[in-house]
This record gives sequence, C-alpha cells and structure tokens, in this order.
Amino acid sequence: MSEPLIFHFDVDGENFTSAGQASTQVKKNLRQLGLSPDIIRRVSIAMYEGEINMVIHANGGTADVIVTEDYIEIILADKGPGIPNVEQAMQEGFSTATDSIRSLGFGAGMGLPNMKRYTDTMEIDTMVGVGTTITMYVYL
Amino acid sequence: MIALLVKELLSHGFEAVSLPDGEREIDGVYIGDLLSWVMGRAQMDNAWITIMTNVNVIAVASLADTSCVILAEGVEMPEDIVQTALEKEVNILRSSKPIYETALQLAELIS
Repeated sequence: MSEPLIFHFDVDGENFTSAGQASTQVKKNLRQLGLSPDIIRRVSIAMYEGEINMVIHANGGTADVIVTEDYIEIILADKGPGIPNVEQAMQEGFSTATDSIRSLGFGAGMGLPNMKRYTDTMEIDTMVGVGTTITMYVYL
Repeated sequence: MIALLVKELLSHGFEAVSLPDGEREIDGVYIGDLLSWVMGRAQMDNAWITIMTNVNVIAVASLADTSCVILAEGVEMPEDIVQTALEKEVNILRSSKPIYETALQLAELIS
C-alpha cells in the first residue's frame, strides 16, 4: 500500500440512533486491510466517540480517515457551537449533554478523554460559534 | 485455564438473544451502563453485563469488540435492535438474575 487510502463520511446530525455508521464502516475497511484487532479497536472507538459528539453537540459534520503505511489519521470536522473551555471538556466526567442524551447511556463525560486515550496524538482546533476540528493519529 | 466460550453460557441458565458467533472466547467481565465509560474501560473479549437495551449498545459492543453483551435482570431488547445485533454480528445473552449475581456466576465459570 503506497498511496494513502482516504475514507470520507458525512455524519448525519439528525439521526441519533444511526450514529456510529461511519465508525462501523471504518472498522470494516480496516479489517479488510488486515490491520491488527487492537489498532482497529482503537481507531473505531476514537472515531465513534467523535461521531457521537458531533451528533449530540454539533448537528453533524464530516469524518475523514486517511490510512498510510505508517499511521492512520482521523479528522472530524463540524460547524457546531465550538468548545469554550477545552481543558474542562477534556476532564473525565465533564459533560454538557442533556438528560435525554444521558438516558441513552451517553453524556458520561468520557468522549474526548476516550479519544485521547485510544489515539497517539490528538489536537483540538475549536472556535466558539464557528466549529471544531479534531485531528487524531494512531501510529502503525 | 480452559477458555469459556460464549455458547457455553447457554447450558448455565443464560438465554440467547442474538448468537451469531457463539465460538468466541470470554476473557474477563465488564459491567456498566454508561456507554462511553464502557468504551473507555472494557477490554477486548470481555463479557459486558448491562441493563441498557438501546441500539447504541450494539455499536459499542461491536466497536469495543466485547465477546458478548449480557442483559441482566431479564431485560427485554426490542426486536429491531436484536436484528441489528445479528447484522453486526454482536452476541447477546440474557440472564434473569440481577447484575451482581450474574457477575458472580460468570466469575465462577471463568475461574
């Protein structure tokens, strides 16, 4: 595999129950590429958390996954409200999700921490009122 | 240690809700209902005990690569979600016991 493989997804912000479609598809694609179960698990969990965040907070967005020989890059971009205090948002247990989201089992305040936990690097580029782009790398 | 397979739970009072891959080995147990918490903490091949039954449970089990979901307290999973579990090849079993007793039983079977 010399040319990077690029997978692009539009994440539907309206449909909470179908959230996870992009990460499930990525999991399938990575499996077909023969990557190790641990790498696949890390990438798909980080991406799922990002997808859920985009559905809960940002009315959807886009997800791009770039697979090279050396790393997997995941770029999640939305035009949502932005994150006013990234440091606070990165704390385990901090959440601004509503009760209805919590009743579905989300809103534990673990989304961003899990994304960081399962990737090698994570960068958050956010501006209130403009949107958020999160770039994560998992090295192979 | 002899590995415990998911399908073997059927002979210990567990009921199959969705069993596309009964040959999977169970390695450890995780308990939780907060989905992000489960994704952050559950290990691959764990049996995951929960009382949550919404469709996101299927996504979490699939992505976190747990060996099976065990619905405790005899909770019912809606039929359309069972269908999704079959499509995504997620094993789901049901125990009529409360979470603690279900975990104790698994501890005995795994050890």
